[in-house]
Amino acid sequence: MASAVFVLDLKGKVLISRNYRGDIPMSAVEKFMPLVLEAEEEQQAPTPCFTHEGVSYLYIRHNNLYCILFAEAGVGIWKRKRRMFNRSSFSYFASSTINLLYLLEPVLALTKKNSNATTILLFLHKLTEELEEESIRDNFVIIYELLDEMMDFGYPQTTETKILQEYITQESHKLEIQVRPPMAVTNAVSWRSENIKYRKNEVFLDVIESVNLLVNANGNVLRSEILGVIKMKCYLTGMPELRLGLNDKVMFESTGRSPTRGKAIEMEDVKFHQCVRLSRFENDRTISFIPPDGGFELMSYRLNTQVKPLIWVEAQIENYTGSRIEYTIKAKAQFKRRSTANNVEIYVPVPDDADTPKFRSSIGSVHYAPEKSSIVWKIKQFQGGKDFSMRAHFGLPSDPEKKPPIGVKFEIPYFTTSGIQVRYLKIVEKSGYQALPWVRYITQNGDYQLRMPESIKNNKMTFI
Amino acid sequence: MTDFRIPKPKFFATTKKGENYELKADLNSEYRDRRKDAIKKVIANMTVGKDVSGLFPDVLKNMQTDDLEQKKLVYLYLMNYAKTQPELVILAVNTFVKDTDDVNPLIRALAIRTMGCIRVEKIVDYLCEPLRKCLRDENPYVRKTAAICVAKLYDLNPTLATDNGFVATVQDMVSDSNPMVVANAITALAEIHEASEAKDIFVINHATLNKLMAALNECTEWGRIAILTALADYRPVDEKEAEIIIERVVPQFQHANGSVVLAGIKIVVLYMRVIKSEDLIRQLVKKMAPPLVTLISSVPEVQYVALRNINLILQKRPDILQNEMRVFFCKYNDPLYVKLEKLEIMIKLANEKNVDQLLSELKEYASEVDVDFVRKSVRAIGQCAIKIEETSERCINVLLDLINSSNTMSDIGNSKANYVVQEAIIVIKDIFRKYPRKYEGIIPTLCKNLDALDEPEAKASLIWIIGEYAEKIDNANELLDSFLETFRDENVQVQLQLITATVKVFLKKPQKTRDIVQQVLQIATTECDNPDIRDRAYVYWRLLSTDPQAAKAVVLSEKPAISVENQSISPALLEELINNISTLASVYHKPPETFLGRGKFGADAVQRRAIEEQEEASRETESPIQVKDENLLDLDFSDASATPSSSKPSSSNLSSAASPPSSSISNNIDDLLGLFGTTTTNNSSTTQAGSSATTQSNALSDLVSLI
Repeated sequence: MASAVFVLDLKGKVLISRNYRGDIPMSAVEKFMPLVLEAEEEQQAPTPCFTHEGVSYLYIRHNNLYCILFAEAGVGIWKRKRRMFNRSSFSYFASSTINLLYLLEPVLALTKKNSNATTILLFLHKLTEELEEESIRDNFVIIYELLDEMMDFGYPQTTETKILQEYITQESHKLEIQVRPPMAVTNAVSWRSENIKYRKNEVFLDVIESVNLLVNANGNVLRSEILGVIKMKCYLTGMPELRLGLNDKVMFESTGRSPTRGKAIEMEDVKFHQCVRLSRFENDRTISFIPPDGGFELMSYRLNTQVKPLIWVEAQIENYTGSRIEYTIKAKAQFKRRSTANNVEIYVPVPDDADTPKFRSSIGSVHYAPEKSSIVWKIKQFQGGKDFSMRAHFGLPSDPEKKPPIGVKFEIPYFTTSGIQVRYLKIVEKSGYQALPWVRYITQNGDYQLRMPESIKNNKMTFI
Repeated sequence: MTDFRIPKPKFFATTKKGENYELKADLNSEYRDRRKDAIKKVIANMTVGKDVSGLFPDVLKNMQTDDLEQKKLVYLYLMNYAKTQPELVILAVNTFVKDTDDVNPLIRALAIRTMGCIRVEKIVDYLCEPLRKCLRDENPYVRKTAAICVAKLYDLNPTLATDNGFVATVQDMVSDSNPMVVANAITALAEIHEASEAKDIFVINHATLNKLMAALNECTEWGRIAILTALADYRPVDEKEAEIIIERVVPQFQHANGSVVLAGIKIVVLYMRVIKSEDLIRQLVKKMAPPLVTLISSVPEVQYVALRNINLILQKRPDILQNEMRVFFCKYNDPLYVKLEKLEIMIKLANEKNVDQLLSELKEYASEVDVDFVRKSVRAIGQCAIKIEETSERCINVLLDLINSSNTMSDIGNSKANYVVQEAIIVIKDIFRKYPRKYEGIIPTLCKNLDALDEPEAKASLIWIIGEYAEKIDNANELLDSFLETFRDENVQVQLQLITATVKVFLKKPQKTRDIVQQVLQIATTECDNPDIRDRAYVYWRLLSTDPQAAKAVVLSEKPAISVENQSISPALLEELINNISTLASVYHKPPETFLGRGKFGADAVQRRAIEEQEEASRETESPIQVKDENLLDLDFSDASATPSSSKPSSSNLSSAASPPSSSISNNIDDLLGLFGTTTTNNSSTTQAGSSATTQSNALSDLVSLI
């Protein structure tokens, strides 16, 4: 298991370290950055795990906005985002500024054994979720406390934020009564404390579906996938027992019933928060659980769809070599008229050195975002069934390289692509109170990528 | 605080007594707040790497306090500096022991946890009594901490841990009423078991099995991983028992924590060995696919580990993701390391039905910007062609498209185009070897690119093609002639191919090429220092001068076909790696002992073993050289002999298949040299890249990266 954990800064300098097992020299961390850089220089992708002189290095990139603000003094933000959008092209074009590649601070674990890599990497992610809240430099005390409590001898212990907060607080010394380990730390219900009280008992359910789409340059859909999550905010007294009913096809089939209205959906895979009784679900597809207090992600599910892409974008590019480049973009909302997509943003990549942009669009606003090398076409409200078009014109000194795909952002409220429905949420607590469940549905873009077609190299003007 | 108003004369004392001096004063201050702030400053200094070990006694004085935060900080300091002040640590023992008796379980646990982390012999003796108490503590939080502490103690002093009955107590704790205690007891036992000589600490029997299964659903995610990992080491007595355990494990596929899921999958994959029912196996394989696919939606680092493991599982169960090829299509913003792994898996999943889709994807990838990714994509096109015969023509067309479009791009001054062409030519050479005389029509297109090639492997490939198909290329002799001037400056690989190709051309069209062959052999024998080149040239020369017919039979003989093997890893290694699913071994695709250094001596042992194996391997590969020296004329010098005689005639290593014998030998020498050089961490990825590599070359590079 993990011998030591390090939080590093952008240059690889140690900000925080914790030696859990004492079986490796802590100086091994000094080799980390040189090894990563070396791999990068040799055109090898540095992988999240590698081994050197008997020590394995496992690391993730820590996405802490505070650190970025701190370290990059503002300018870092777009660069960092850009890196996340198109890392590979960035690394290619910006080889002169290679240090920009390391804008995300690494969080690193070292181990000497053949440890469980998945566990360590997931633990580092949980740890950074905790750190997200804290700025490392100002809160090193609390971070040491977290490191002490979350892992012992290199084995993960408690990682539930809510529970950790109950007994790790910086103000602890000011309290009259000393904090004690909450029962929950070691209970079977390790995610909820007893004695929670609310005057008004309420539950909010958010069903959020993200659509992942990959369309090739010929306009064929390669992949279309829905990643759904059900997020809950629970404000419930005591130790309530909850049961959630969905229009799950497998459940209907196994019980021999049929849905009262609408149709049932077939989820390809479901993942649950650790509060859900998995064996119960396996037996009769019942989702039963005692929820954590406050907000959490109850479940996630995945399914492939055969439905039309919700927002379809077609691009036509005409390239007049060395002089100008013209884009004709058509966007179409391929969902029912009664729904509306909000805050639609269509990102059309353009060459890095494009200049003097000119736009014309039938709706919304268009602007050029040179830092993203993209045109951004924003449409506040995009009603189902409608289609719009936009034309852009750039002066262009060089020939375009192969470009990143078109990206689309959108939100469609009161609508799920899969047709998932919350049929009921039963809440039972021994005190017998009534609680109100609220449900919201929303569909949004996930990884929504449409590859750019080849540009046409002629002098014909085509209007659409 | 320093007084600024009265400057002290320099010879009495330095004006600045240093930060530590001030801290020392503050640590001994009469005010609580000042002491605490000083401790924080000490820890802050420790964090940035300043040496504050000199303050040990002063920090220690602040250990006894009601302030929990302060106590934690002092403990943290102790853990860091105990090693440097082993004498003084004894002073802390009293407080430690007292704290393990505190009314607050948080403090009891904190004390026992910290004591276990202070790896100083003297402290260990004092650890036993408090540990005994804490193991029986009424509070589960303390018990679960104490359980891990036994593992810590065992690490420091196994005899002490065993003789005091601690190990036995932890064995009993597997039956604890609290799931978290059970989980930590299992973690501790697994750790002790691994370190123990006798390996009898943690053996799962029927009774413990039931306890583990009962605790499984009650545990935290991390506890579940510990239990599942322990279960994976258990070998079910019969099919029935395996089925029962699997039934309890399968629900864990729905856990949000990917590590729990992978630990569950590991058990199912392992237990499937004892299951005979075809039906059940089919069901299980079907059940494993969705969770594996979902892992590819996790954070990129975990995706990477998942992909490396899927790669292994696919070799074991090729049917598992048959219809899921699209899942592995690369997204533009995938990290490079994810893209490369996806590529490997897609080739494994390629079949007649999905290959068209795959080819259009690969073509798309070949126009991206990451050089490594582009090259591997082009290489993947070649692997499709070799794997699926029906598709070879389409692959050739895609490759030609790439060459042509790259050429147009380089016309307008684009430098990137070139490596696409080079890679494509290397790949086409392999296709030629697999399907001889099928695609001769494209040779002129290839030859047009001769001037653009600057990488040895690409050059050597094209020269090989020219030699092989000399009768179809009218100007073969001219093409080769163009190289003669620069022969001395070429890479060894290219020189060797030039010699062979020239001889081939001579044997096929003797009238025009007598001069060239003379010239080449002359230069190679008189001006080259490399013995491989010189010797080969001598052999050809003698062969040609003694018996041209024999030379023809030897040089122009049929070469054995090559194939992309589905399994890039030997079956034995695969089994071992499957046993290690989710661990680093499964990520590196190497057995654990190859990358674990157990202390200084351990590392030496591994190195010794590596050298022995390497020597053995090179003894095998050396044999052809010796034969060559003794028996020059009988030796078959065609490419077939590229494969050392000792290995199977599969010769499926694409690169060495087409390169002449001595080059593979010189590779071995390089490897041998590399053995003593720096560690080649990336070696495995390069080796994996050509999944066609023979097991032998795999073994070699594995050995190389041992050190």
